[in-house]
Amino acid sequence: MRVSRTALIGLPILIALPLIVHLLFGGSEKYYLHLLIQILIWSFIYTGWSLMGRFGLTSLGHGAFTGIGAYATVLLWNYAGLTPWLGVPVAMVIAVVVALLVGYPCFHMRITGHYFALLTLALTEFIRLCIVGLRDYTGGSLGTQPRRYGDGVSLYAMQFEPDRVLSYYIVLTLWLVGLYIWWRVDRSMDRFALDAASQDEEAAASVGINVTREKLKVTAISAAMCALGGAIYGQYQMYIGPDTIAGLSVSLNIVFACIAGGLWVMLGPTVGAVFTQVLSEVLRVSMQSSVTLQALFGSAVLALDTLIYGLLLILFIIYMPKGILGALLEKREKTSSAPTPPSRAVLR
Amino acid sequence: MDCQLDIFFLEAVLNGLLLAGLLALLALGLNLIFGVIDVVWICYAELVMIGMYGIYYAHKGGVPLLLAALFGILLVALAGAVLHQVVIRPVLDSAPINQLLVTGGVLFFLQAAATMAFGVDFRNLGIRFGSITLADMSFSYSRIITFGVALAAMLVLWLFLSRTYVGIAIRAIAQDRQIMPLMGVDQRRIYLITSAIGGGLAGLAAALMVLQYDIYPQIGLQFGPLIFMICVLGGLGSLIGGFVAAFIISEFIAIGGSCFATEWGYAIAFLFFMVVIFIRPQGLFGGRS
Repeated sequence: MRVSRTALIGLPILIALPLIVHLLFGGSEKYYLHLLIQILIWSFIYTGWSLMGRFGLTSLGHGAFTGIGAYATVLLWNYAGLTPWLGVPVAMVIAVVVALLVGYPCFHMRITGHYFALLTLALTEFIRLCIVGLRDYTGGSLGTQPRRYGDGVSLYAMQFEPDRVLSYYIVLTLWLVGLYIWWRVDRSMDRFALDAASQDEEAAASVGINVTREKLKVTAISAAMCALGGAIYGQYQMYIGPDTIAGLSVSLNIVFACIAGGLWVMLGPTVGAVFTQVLSEVLRVSMQSSVTLQALFGSAVLALDTLIYGLLLILFIIYMPKGILGALLEKREKTSSAPTPPSRAVLR
Repeated sequence: MDCQLDIFFLEAVLNGLLLAGLLALLALGLNLIFGVIDVVWICYAELVMIGMYGIYYAHKGGVPLLLAALFGILLVALAGAVLHQVVIRPVLDSAPINQLLVTGGVLFFLQAAATMAFGVDFRNLGIRFGSITLADMSFSYSRIITFGVALAAMLVLWLFLSRTYVGIAIRAIAQDRQIMPLMGVDQRRIYLITSAIGGGLAGLAAALMVLQYDIYPQIGLQFGPLIFMICVLGGLGSLIGGFVAAFIISEFIAIGGSCFATEWGYAIAFLFFMVVIFIRPQGLFGGRS
């Protein structure tokens, strides 16, 4: 019961975190809370992706679902006046329908591996192009903003961005819900079925597992989570653009953060989010303050974090395919004298 | 916004055909690498971008255009070989999806490296070949040259694969990678050669693209997804399929672009692609592995 012990210590710390941040960084607490909020939102999205990714369903299509979540919510609010309390569920339903429309033929025709990744990549591009093409409503590649409702925090419009502490608790709850879903899936019979299917589809089908249905279930959950995450991201940022919340780079970021953190453990995607967000922030801040680098590269220095990011991903996939947390846990299991449980993460 | 069967429609169709040549060439290298090494280089379009910058700076530095193009081809061929040796070889035995993702890391790396080295500005060689006018339709010479060179390159590659020892060894490896090493074919060498050829094809595409397109670090994102789509649509590893798919897709883009807006041409092409793959997952010309 490693997870519950971690939770007993970790949860109070997370709940007290705004206070800690306030005490430690009195002047710039807004910035640190912003960072924490970003990490938690992306952790939720990454966790949603990992529900599929851990079973070998490497989707590059989740940038489409985050995009649908964010855009459907904002457009319904801006043009139909529909409160996000209804808009978000509608957006999630749309994302799930799209996911099932693409997922069913994929799983039915046994499309896996490269083909699945490239097909879902096409879905991402399709959605991004639709967003750009509908520029009269979506603002095209410049993005758009949810219409402000009143000045500050609004329950009706689900706008909480001015109050950072409130935002933090909202996304913390979201993240906990994400972990709970992950845990439920992990404990379910579906997980064993999907594990079996990811190793050998034919064999799994031959022992009576309805592979298509099992995959569709987890795809629907995963798409709904990513749509919700995308919607909350839009409500918090108060800006959505096709490159920040939809599109190929979002899809790739999701996949890579999950791999960096560790696909097969509950907190792996979260560790991936912490790692990637902190890395890019540290690099960004240190570069902006470094005179030498600025003189060398000018404003292009901002690309340095992507450069290092790409390099680290290559190294991770080659040398640490189980991710940071996966590798750490494995190490601990090896050093402890307890009999090693059967490996849960079988890398093919 | 109007879409009638007039001379402009014909112009769009013919321009689509010319675009197909370039896209087919782009898909060719990727297809070759997939067919032989069984790896998808998601950073393929970024290699093209590197080639374009190489040619641009070589030409700006006083090298004649043709020599600069040759330099670009060799540069990207080298990049392909290095990519294989440094990044792909360590993951040859891991899950296929890891091989795809590792080249995704290369994508980020190359894009960022180009941004840092060359800045985010749009650059172009400023060479204009003019255009030919035929019954109210106009076609730029650079597109026609591109189409011709792309066709010639495909022919040369086909001759190479069917007539030379190395070419035959490459095709043999693609058919059975267990047996061929037993027949005395050095698999690692063949992989390396294939990667270099794939890179060289990307370099050739780059040489043709600098004539038509602006160069900027994100240009790969514009072409990359299109190239993968063409490869999968034609059947990953099928060279002829890639050509047919390039034709279909570019007609969608050209006609859709002339009837609606450019994005809708692309969007319809992606939608068509998904529908076809649902019906024929192995692609139009692919054998199921």
